[in-house]
Amino acid sequence: MSDLVPISITVNGRRYELEVEPRLLLVHLLREKLLLTGTHVGCDTSQCGACTVLLDGRSAKSCTVFAVQADGSEVVTIEGLERDGQLHPVQEGFWEEHGLQCGYCTPGMIVSVVDLLNENPNPTEAEIRAGISGNFCRCTGYQHIVKAAQYAAARMRGVSS
Amino acid sequence: MIPTKFAYRRAASIDEAIRLLQESGGEAKLLAGGHSLIPLMKLRLSEPALLIDIGRIPDLRGIRERDGLIEIGATTTHHELATSELLRRLAPVVSEAAAEIGDPQVRHRGTIGGSLAHADPAADLPAVMVAIDAEIHLKGPNGWRTVPAESFFQDLFTVDMQPDEVLAAVKFRPVWHAAYAKLHQRASHYAIVGVCAALAIENGTIRSARVAVTGASTHAQRLPNVEERLVGRQPTQAVIDEAASVAGDTLEDVNSDIHASEEYRRAMVKVFTRRALERAVARA
Repeated sequence: MSDLVPISITVNGRRYELEVEPRLLLVHLLREKLLLTGTHVGCDTSQCGACTVLLDGRSAKSCTVFAVQADGSEVVTIEGLERDGQLHPVQEGFWEEHGLQCGYCTPGMIVSVVDLLNENPNPTEAEIRAGISGNFCRCTGYQHIVKAAQYAAARMRGVSS
Repeated sequence: MIPTKFAYRRAASIDEAIRLLQESGGEAKLLAGGHSLIPLMKLRLSEPALLIDIGRIPDLRGIRERDGLIEIGATTTHHELATSELLRRLAPVVSEAAAEIGDPQVRHRGTIGGSLAHADPAADLPAVMVAIDAEIHLKGPNGWRTVPAESFFQDLFTVDMQPDEVLAAVKFRPVWHAAYAKLHQRASHYAIVGVCAALAIENGTIRSARVAVTGASTHAQRLPNVEERLVGRQPTQAVIDEAASVAGDTLEDVNSDIHASEEYRRAMVKVFTRRALERAVARA
């Protein structure tokens, strides 16, 4: 009736061959099977964005994706952003601009900003706010998150130029 | 929140999906982006025994222009609609409305077919499809069937679609004098009220007008008394104001919930009808 389904999924550059129940959500695969607990479960109703990961390069709420749907896909979580011990520029921006307080929304928020800057390297403040409209922060009032995104955008443009 | 157990099959073609639907005896649901279905399954409001994944059927995806019609495959995402060069050129209202759905993550996964088949009373695209007079193309065991969007949406979460049919595509003619205006619910970004106006303006006269509302009532529907006050007249501010002043008066069941009372929704239907008409006219 609900037999296990074989899937192949690449997470943070590492490929996994797994058998999963069809009802297993991607966020639970990441947290409970792969022990990547940086991706958080917040509202669990597709609104708050704490569970945001990159799925084939685009931001997605992993609480609203079945793991079987991600078969053959590439996933990047917050754990996959740093390179050789160097923070991703967006992570660095959150550090430098104090873009977090409690930190619960932060992994999803950072992934959404990464997605935004991949598509739009030089966003306006309004575009940043629209870009993180699927991520709720109940601490910061968003002001420092916007600054963190601006910091990262400047840094990433500087690096690539 | 964990859904009840179900079996999972991935369909390689529309016909395979139809066959699996038939075999399931009404116990299956189609899955593409899952952004309407998965939340319902997590709340156990929907407990299908089988999910048929149509998300990888190539024929169901993409935006094309063919024989003067724009054709959008059912599993095309809202993000693809919002960023489509073809739509921005030939039917910008569809792009604009799609860009206002949910948030970036939702738009990356949610699909037009899912939104239309699910028919949430506060979804955006149903109103747009009704206003631009889109055709809904369905395929079932007996072949293809076409339903005008206006009669596709029948009631709360209720559409003209059989359990063994697949919503494959929507088709519509290019449309320029059209706009969508929406009052957002701030967390979900669903429409508390959304109005789409599609006009044909020739030689300074409104030759035809279709105005549809979502969010206000059980399902997306036209506002005939607004349309009557537009056709044959010049698109002046006075004409727009007069037409918008009666918007929603024909609606019998107006929603009242934690987001907005009936009285507030009725007031906002007029406001957002006016804004949609102003933007549609400005797009001359």
